[in-house]
Amino acid sequence: MDFLRKKFDQIRKPFDKGGKLEKFAPAINSIDTLLFVPNHNTHKGAHIRDGVDLKRVMVTVIFALIPAMIFGMYNLGYQHYIQLEGTAPELLKALLFGAGKFLPMLVVSYGVGLAIEIAFAVYRQHEVNEGYLVTGMLIPLIMPVDMPLWMLGVSVVFAVFIGKEAFGGTGMNILNPALVARAFAFFSYAPYMSGDKVWVADAYEIDAISGETILGQLAAGEQAGWSVADMFIGLIPGSVGETSVLMILVGALLLIATGVGSWRIMLGTVIGGAVMGLIFNALSLNALMTFPWWQHLLVGGFMFGAVFMTTDPVSAAQTTKGKWIYGILIGVFAILIRVFNGAYPEGMMMAILLMNVFAPTIDHYVIAGNIKKRKNRLKAA
Amino acid sequence: MAEEKEPLFSKQNRSLLTDPLDDNNPISVQVLGICSALAITVQLKPAVVMSLAVLFVVIASNVIVSLIRNLIPGRIRIIVQLLIVASLVILVDQILKAYAYDVSKELSVFVGLIITNCIVMGRLEAFALANGPWKSFLDGVGNGAGYALILVIVAVFRELLGSGKLFGIEILGHKAKTIADSTGLYALGYENNGFMLLSPMALITVGIIIWVQRSKNRKLIETH
Repeated sequence: MDFLRKKFDQIRKPFDKGGKLEKFAPAINSIDTLLFVPNHNTHKGAHIRDGVDLKRVMVTVIFALIPAMIFGMYNLGYQHYIQLEGTAPELLKALLFGAGKFLPMLVVSYGVGLAIEIAFAVYRQHEVNEGYLVTGMLIPLIMPVDMPLWMLGVSVVFAVFIGKEAFGGTGMNILNPALVARAFAFFSYAPYMSGDKVWVADAYEIDAISGETILGQLAAGEQAGWSVADMFIGLIPGSVGETSVLMILVGALLLIATGVGSWRIMLGTVIGGAVMGLIFNALSLNALMTFPWWQHLLVGGFMFGAVFMTTDPVSAAQTTKGKWIYGILIGVFAILIRVFNGAYPEGMMMAILLMNVFAPTIDHYVIAGNIKKRKNRLKAA
Repeated sequence: MAEEKEPLFSKQNRSLLTDPLDDNNPISVQVLGICSALAITVQLKPAVVMSLAVLFVVIASNVIVSLIRNLIPGRIRIIVQLLIVASLVILVDQILKAYAYDVSKELSVFVGLIITNCIVMGRLEAFALANGPWKSFLDGVGNGAGYALILVIVAVFRELLGSGKLFGIEILGHKAKTIADSTGLYALGYENNGFMLLSPMALITVGIIIWVQRSKNRKLIETH
């Protein structure tokens, strides 16, 4: 270890104070703290001493995403072979195919995003922080597999510039940057973000394919062509990481156990979605309304959004009561948009972005209510 | 009067022309006239026509109001100003209908809505009522040009990235049904950005202009 440390210190010498490349110090510092645990700690003032820092929080989320990501890669291969060749592939073959499709997306997402982050850090002379680690992984997971890589890159540029840096960088953003990237791609390049050709790798090569997502099928007035077991395990067409509810729940367990993700928001979202689904089931006016409420929770990006997107600590509500309200409203709006707006079958994205905007307002009123309650208690006493 | 001895393009008068282009831009600094900036910047041609129309209305109304500023009773000045602006807008509208019918149809209500453009009334109230005709003329030119500048920048980005054209001419190549038949950038798999055609993107583009302007022009940054 000592040997590696010395080697790295040699490399970073020109970046140190007074060195030739001093201006680019934030860039090398970010690589440094990523590779080695920093040896300095707070020693002034009152602090809660804890092993948790931003980096550890972010890495926990990455670990939570890995099951969904690996299954997503397998599903990419599975969908490709079963749709184009008609036979279920071997595990390894499917996994390798999926990795070949997914890893370039991941590389583009991280490469473009981190380059912009480092450029901003150098320009503004502050340290690069780890905000992009999770965003960079989330973005390829919520995109269709056949999206051209340059479109992914453009979406990342937009998300980091407008979603994040325009507001002041990590921790200051109003909207979830990963969803900004997806919303941008959705409105900019609609033909590449919906339809029956984009969700299965290389589907454009053949004509007859049932590559439409379940929500797309329902919006078109058809029946969902997949079994409930497939929906739960995730062997359905969709964005890379969103299909497997099982794997997402594994990630959710890790997030809840470590306290990184708020279980209140997750549960609130599921409750909100279920209630709205039940209401629509009772009305049963069209195909999307008759779709059983609990299956609504299994398909599309609902669970992925509920676990990984709504719980983003920056853009979500912060107060305990606020988290419940925030979560429930996301669930309600997600199903509402799905059912009433056929042009946007994926309501989860819109619902979360909408509630991101309202999160500070929710917190404001929760806090105001709390103050009022305490004042009344004081008066009564 | 001392004012009349002042040279036509004194430093103060020049700043009347140049200030609204940057330091005191009606759109990016005062954030006025945003509605039309969002509505008619999908293509460059209507944006240019709209800019010219607003330029004409601001200049003409500024000069007219400045000429009769001592005759207008203070209590009904808004009505008088409105009458002048409305007559000018109707004039512009009729001219457009006669000589540029296509563009006039594209701009639809937005020509008529110049009456409510805050820049026009704002300049009358804030400047023309208190200054002579020559100064008011310069102020009108400056503010109309400041408005036009932002409109054209936004429209260039929106038309170029949204439909790959400028003034309706295909700049980035021709997009055919398949990639093989396309030319220019489209042959490489490039796609037009549909988001650019929607009005939120105009707002974001104006936002980016404001961001860039403020990071270059530090005195615009408010301190709290």
